[in-house]
Amino acid sequence: MSEQALSHLKVVELCNLVSGPYCTKLMADLGAEVVKIEPPGIGDEARKKGPFVGDMGNPELSGLFLHLNTSKLGITLDVTTATGREILEKLLAQADIFVEDTPPGIAEKQGLTYEYVEALNPRLVMTSITPFGKTGPYRDYKAYELNSHHAGGEGFLLPIHSSEPDREPVKVSDIVGDSICGLTACLATLTAAYFATATGIGQHIDVSKQDVLMTLVQNHVCTYANLGEVHDRLRKGFLTVLPMACRDGYIMMTIVTDREWQSLVECMGNPEWAQDERFASWAGRHWWAGTEINPRISEWVSQYTKDELFHRLQAAGVAAVPVMTSEDLAKSPQLKERGFFAEIAHPEAGSLRYPTVSYQFSETPWRGSPAPLLGQHNELIYCERLGYSRQELTKLATAGII
Amino acid sequence: MSSAPFQGIRVADFTWLWAGAYATGLLAMLGAEVIKIESMNRVDQTRTMTFTIGKAFKGVEESPVFNTINLNKLSVKLNLKQPRAVELARRIVQISDVAAENMRPGAMEQLGLGYDVLREIKPDIIMLSSSAFGARGPFRTYGGYAPNFTCASGLANLTGYSDDIPNPMTGSTDLMAAISGAFAIVAALNYKQRTGKGQHIDVSSVESQSSLAGNALMDYLINGRVRNREGNRDQIMAPHNCYRCRGEQKWVSIAVSTPGEWDAFCTVLGNPEWTNEERFSDAYKRWENQDEMDRLVTEWTLNYTHYEITDTMQKAGVAAMPSLSNEEIVHDPHFKHRGMSTTVEHPVMGKQVIFEVPWRYSKTPVKVQKASPIMGESNDYVFGELLGLSGEEIARLVDDKVIF
Repeated sequence: MSEQALSHLKVVELCNLVSGPYCTKLMADLGAEVVKIEPPGIGDEARKKGPFVGDMGNPELSGLFLHLNTSKLGITLDVTTATGREILEKLLAQADIFVEDTPPGIAEKQGLTYEYVEALNPRLVMTSITPFGKTGPYRDYKAYELNSHHAGGEGFLLPIHSSEPDREPVKVSDIVGDSICGLTACLATLTAAYFATATGIGQHIDVSKQDVLMTLVQNHVCTYANLGEVHDRLRKGFLTVLPMACRDGYIMMTIVTDREWQSLVECMGNPEWAQDERFASWAGRHWWAGTEINPRISEWVSQYTKDELFHRLQAAGVAAVPVMTSEDLAKSPQLKERGFFAEIAHPEAGSLRYPTVSYQFSETPWRGSPAPLLGQHNELIYCERLGYSRQELTKLATAGII
Repeated sequence: MSSAPFQGIRVADFTWLWAGAYATGLLAMLGAEVIKIESMNRVDQTRTMTFTIGKAFKGVEESPVFNTINLNKLSVKLNLKQPRAVELARRIVQISDVAAENMRPGAMEQLGLGYDVLREIKPDIIMLSSSAFGARGPFRTYGGYAPNFTCASGLANLTGYSDDIPNPMTGSTDLMAAISGAFAIVAALNYKQRTGKGQHIDVSSVESQSSLAGNALMDYLINGRVRNREGNRDQIMAPHNCYRCRGEQKWVSIAVSTPGEWDAFCTVLGNPEWTNEERFSDAYKRWENQDEMDRLVTEWTLNYTHYEITDTMQKAGVAAMPSLSNEEIVHDPHFKHRGMSTTVEHPVMGKQVIFEVPWRYSKTPVKVQKASPIMGESNDYVFGELLGLSGEEIARLVDDKVIF
C-alpha cells in the first residue's frame, strides 16, 4: 500500500458538526491519523442531522456525519472531567495537530487554552475554529451557519443575482460556508505543521469563520474601501447575467469578448437583431443586456435542453454551462472520468457513494475509509495505545468518562 | 523577526485570473517567493477588468482587484510564444520548489512546459494544474467564468429563493477554488518535506465547489432526492431567516435552535400574543408555520436597527447577526479589531486597502509585505541575480521581445 501525503501526521479532533470535522477529514483522507473525540452517549451533533440512510434517524446512519468523518478513528471521551482531561493530555502529548471548536468563553473556563496545550507539547499545532475568533467584541456571540454567512457579507450581495433583489439577503445553501471555513483552517494548519516539522515550533491558529467568509467577498469590501463604491444590491445593472430557462432546466451563459459574442450569434443562426451595432462592444452589450439582448437570447435558449446547449455552445467557443443538480453531478460523465465519487463500505450504513475532493495527486491519491461508529476505536486507543486494561476500560465507561 | 512558514520556498507562477492567482497569492502571503510570469502578449485579465464587479480599469497597473489577489509576488515578463522565453521559464522552474498554472488543459504541454518536461528539469517539482473541469475528461476543454462554474458545480441550483431562479453567486466561488489549490500544494509540500518527492496535482475548480456541498450530494447519493433552493431555511430550525430592520436595506439574520433559545427569543420580543399560539408552540409546528411566523417577526424587527437587535438577542443567548454590506463591514468594530484588513503602498495607485490571510498565527504572524507587482518589476533580480544573465543579455532579450 503506497504511502499517503500526510501519513506522518497525528491529529486529535475535538469538534462538532461541520467546520472542524471537515478540516480534519481533509487530512484523514490524505493519510493522517485522526482521532476524533466525541461526547459519550450522544456523540457529534451531526449524527442527529440528516439526510439519513433510508430516512431512518439513527446516529450511525447520518449522511452528514458519514461524509464529514471518513477515514477517522473514533473514541468517546468527556474532556470536562478530571480523568477525561488526563486522557486528553496523553493524546495531545503524542500528537502533531489538535483541532478544536469550543466556544471561546467556555474553552477559557475549562482551561482549554493554547498555553495549557503548549506546556504539554511545544511542537503541537493547535487550531481553534470559532464563529468570530478568540478575541474581539463579538467573541462570545452565538452564531449558526446562517448568522456566520450573513456576518461574512456575501448574503447581502447575493440577491443581486435573482429576479427580484428587494427581498431578504439569502445564504449560500447547504454546508458550503462551514465547509470552506474547515478547508481554510486546514490550509492554515498544514502550513503550520510544515513549519513545525522544520523547526520544532508549534503554535496556535485562531480561525474566525467570519474572517474566512469575508475574505471570499474581499474584492467587494476593498472596492468600497478603495473607491468608496457601495454595492447597492438594488442596482441591478451592475451584473445582469442570470441563468436562463431552457427546456429541462437552466443554462448560464457569459459573453465577455467580442469573439464569444460572434460565436453565440453564429450558433443562433445569425439572427437579424444580433447584427445591431450597439451590441458590437462589451460596453454596449453590458448596457443593453437587460432590455434588448437577454430576453431574445432567452427565447432562443428555451427551445433546447441543457445538454444540447452545453455541448453545442462550448464547441463553438461560447462559455455556456448548465445549472447542474445533484442528480446531474451524480450522473456526470466528467465526474465519473475524474473519479470524483468513491464507494466506501460502512458497517452499518452499507456501501455508499461519497463525494471526494477536487485535487488529484499523481503520487499520493485520495483514499477514504468509513466514518467511525460511536466509540468504535475505544479499545484500540485506550487499551492498545494508552495501556488501559479491558477492565479499566469498562470502569471508565461506567463512570461516564468514555 | 519570526520566520514566515514558507520562507525559502520558491514558486514559478504561471497562473492568472482569480482561481489560480489567489492560490499562489496565499503562498506568497505565507512567505514563499512567488515569481509571477507574465507577458504583454497575455496580460492577466484581472489587470484590465473584473467581471464580477463589472469594472474595467484604465491601465494594467491600476486594478485594485489585481492588487488584492497578487500581494507579495514578484513579476517577470516572458513571452512564452518565443522558444528562448520558454527556456528561461524552465530555468526558473529549475530553481523553484513549486510550479503553478491554470491555463486550459494541454496549453502548458504545448508550450513545452508540461509536468513531464518540468520533472526532467526538476525531479521533485510540485506542479499544480488548475482548470475548470480538470485536466482530463469529456468537459476538460470547456471554458467559462466564475458564474458558469458555480452553475456546473451544483452550488447555483442550491442557492437562492425557493420561488426563484438558481443563483450564480459572486466571485467568491473562484476564491474557494483558489483555497483548494493552495491547500493541495501545501499537502504536497508536507509530503515532499518528509519524502523528497514532488508530484503533479490536477485541480478542478468546479469540483472544488461541488465538494463543499456535501449534504445535498449525500441526500441524492443515499436517497435519490434532489435538493433545490431553500432560501435561508434550515431542515428543522425556525425562526431561521433574515428579517428587514429599520432603515434602508437593513437586515438581521436570526436562528433559533433549542427550546431555551425560543423562550429567550420570545422574551426579547416582549412575549407578544402570537408567540403563545398553538401553531408556534413546539419546534415542529414552528418549522411548519414559519412563513407566517416570519411575517410576525418582521413586524417587530422593523422597529429596530439590525445592530440593536443583534445586541439584545446575543445578550439573551440567541444567535443573531446583521447581514453586513461591504460598507458596513469596513466600519464594523469586530472587523476592525481582527485587523484582517490593512493597507499597502502601491507604486501607481497609492495606498490600497487589502486583506491579510484569514487566520491568526501566534508564532509566525504573517503580514503582507508589499503590494502586487508592477509587470516585469523583478526582471533584473530574477534574470540577473537568480539566473546569472548579464545586463547586456537581458537588454537583448528585451529588444527581441523575449522578455516582453
